[in-house]
Amino acid sequence: MSEHAIEAVGLRRTYRSRTGWLRPQRREVEAVRGVDLTVDNGELFGLLGPNGAGKTTTIKLLNTLLIPTAGEARICGFDVVRQTREVRRRIGYVFGGDRGLYDRLSARDNLRYFAELYGVPGREQKRRIAELLDLVRLTGRESDRVEGYSRGMRQRLHIARGLLHRPRVLFLDEPSIGVDPVAARELRQTVADLAATGTTVLLTTHYMAEADELCGRIAVIANGTIQALGTPAELRHHADGRQVLEVEAYGVGDAKLAVIHALPGVREASVVVTGAAQVLTVQSDAGVDVQADVLRALDGVRLGRVTARQPTLEDAYVAIVNRVDAQARPVEAVAA
Amino acid sequence: MRTLRMIAVGALLHAKQLSRSPFEIATALIVPVVQATLAVYLFRAGGEPGRLLEAAVGAGLMGVWSSVLFGSGGAIQNQRWQGTLEMIMLAPRPPALVVLPITLATALTGTYAMLATLAWGRLLYGIPLTFADPLAFAVAVPGCIIGLGMFGLLLASTFVLLRNANALTNTLEYPIWLVSGMLVPITALPGWTGPIAAVLPTTWGARAVREATTGSGPTWPSLGICLAISLACLALGAIMMTHVERRARAAATLALA
Ligand SMILES: Nc1ncnc2c1ncn2[C@@H]1O[C@H](COP(=O)(O)OP(=O)(O)O)[C@@H](O)[C@H]1O
Ligand SMILES: [Mg+2]
Repeated sequence: MSEHAIEAVGLRRTYRSRTGWLRPQRREVEAVRGVDLTVDNGELFGLLGPNGAGKTTTIKLLNTLLIPTAGEARICGFDVVRQTREVRRRIGYVFGGDRGLYDRLSARDNLRYFAELYGVPGREQKRRIAELLDLVRLTGRESDRVEGYSRGMRQRLHIARGLLHRPRVLFLDEPSIGVDPVAARELRQTVADLAATGTTVLLTTHYMAEADELCGRIAVIANGTIQALGTPAELRHHADGRQVLEVEAYGVGDAKLAVIHALPGVREASVVVTGAAQVLTVQSDAGVDVQADVLRALDGVRLGRVTARQPTLEDAYVAIVNRVDAQARPVEAVAA
Repeated sequence: MRTLRMIAVGALLHAKQLSRSPFEIATALIVPVVQATLAVYLFRAGGEPGRLLEAAVGAGLMGVWSSVLFGSGGAIQNQRWQGTLEMIMLAPRPPALVVLPITLATALTGTYAMLATLAWGRLLYGIPLTFADPLAFAVAVPGCIIGLGMFGLLLASTFVLLRNANALTNTLEYPIWLVSGMLVPITALPGWTGPIAAVLPTTWGARAVREATTGSGPTWPSLGICLAISLACLALGAIMMTHVERRARAAATLALA
């Protein structure tokens, strides 16, 4: 018996698909290109990365839904390709979004069905289902059809379903996507509670703050490979030697952003829209004062508050991910 | 025992989910009336009013068959659209056992069409519900349903491999009604259809149900053959299903891309 809950070595996955009808094109996407991971029992491990980074693909390789193009993975010591059934007995899988449930059945019927399917013994089912409905705060609504549920309720029902058979390893793929902030906080509490009871959790997310709050260790994935791995404190070091300038602005275009990016000493520059205003964030080398240059480049743009601050984990994440963006994109089109 | 219970609970809950679809409800309200009417006029025109019940039962069986053909043939695709395919395939069970409750459920919801056709036949056209062997009828119908559900698994695993499954589904509906003798006796059909009819579980199921209705034969042999062929289909379907699952994991087709 292996002491690791999850082990992956050199995991790769290429999607082959055909698009087009009159002139079919074969497309190949290297979604995951060599992922090595070890997660110990009881860890709450985060897989953090932008959209399209390969998070979902990695999870599906680990939970037996996809067969790897190359590489190997084990869950609790069982091979995900050769010992599929042993692996499936030990894992739970929950993904974000509101699909994947039987909408015209009640929450209780959904759970009953999956309890049977996942092999929960008959005499335990009633108690287990009641327990889980309680855990995800759906008690009282369990007889209502799922089609009338809010997104947050569906998400909680997903989690209850994933836990029915007391999995040792739980895969959570962007569980808080599309959920309102209050529900997302409750969700994080539920996940933290689970990990506290000894369940190993692999959580994917593209929210830095979520990973920071929950995870003991985080792997930052971009472009199908792991770019950085460590505790949140360790990842923060990726922004060492930098400082951050934040400028509130109204109407910064792509051209201006490119100019700022090219300024000497500037390492990253990005714009986020918050309400009516934009926030321009500029990371620069700590020794260089770029403020005057940046403000000159923004000549003619209406500006609000200007703040200089130390880098946060979020900035470290941006630094890690953007390092990859300069490299080639994962899509290669090949004519059939 | 546990597996049987899983299949039963699964089939019932899938039947519940299916029967609550607005499309199903609309179909369930209209089709049996049409079928009862069809049966009555077909046979009145043929000058055989004594065989009205047989015709109504035959029309009801057609309802079961349509439900299995469309429901089971599209079972995998439907689960994929709902986003539930990945979740059920993740169960630590052979894939055939995961899909069988769904195909049984399509046969089960089809049974409603059978009962409703008989009820409308009685109500609208006064067809007397006098079965030659009520007990045999009460066994043959569920037997036939289970058989068709098992046959459904073969359809489910075959159709998911075919590119033009939808077109095939549509073209299979009427020929199989006909060839299996659900409405017109097999003896009235051209000889070349005989061998095809002989290997279809629908033929033997329809025959068993007809024998129980009219007393034209002993029911049990036909029902036995129907179940035997269905079991063979189940075994073949199970092998195909394992292949299909593996292929889907390699080609990434369990989820909607
Ligand atoms: N079924 C599929 N067929 C083809 N390409 C896919 C498929 N699923 C994902 N991809 C591609 O693989 C890459 C990684 O996707 P994914 O693992 O879903 O990323 P993430 O979950 O991090 O957003 C993306 O470029 C995506 O477009
Ligand atoms: Mg994803």
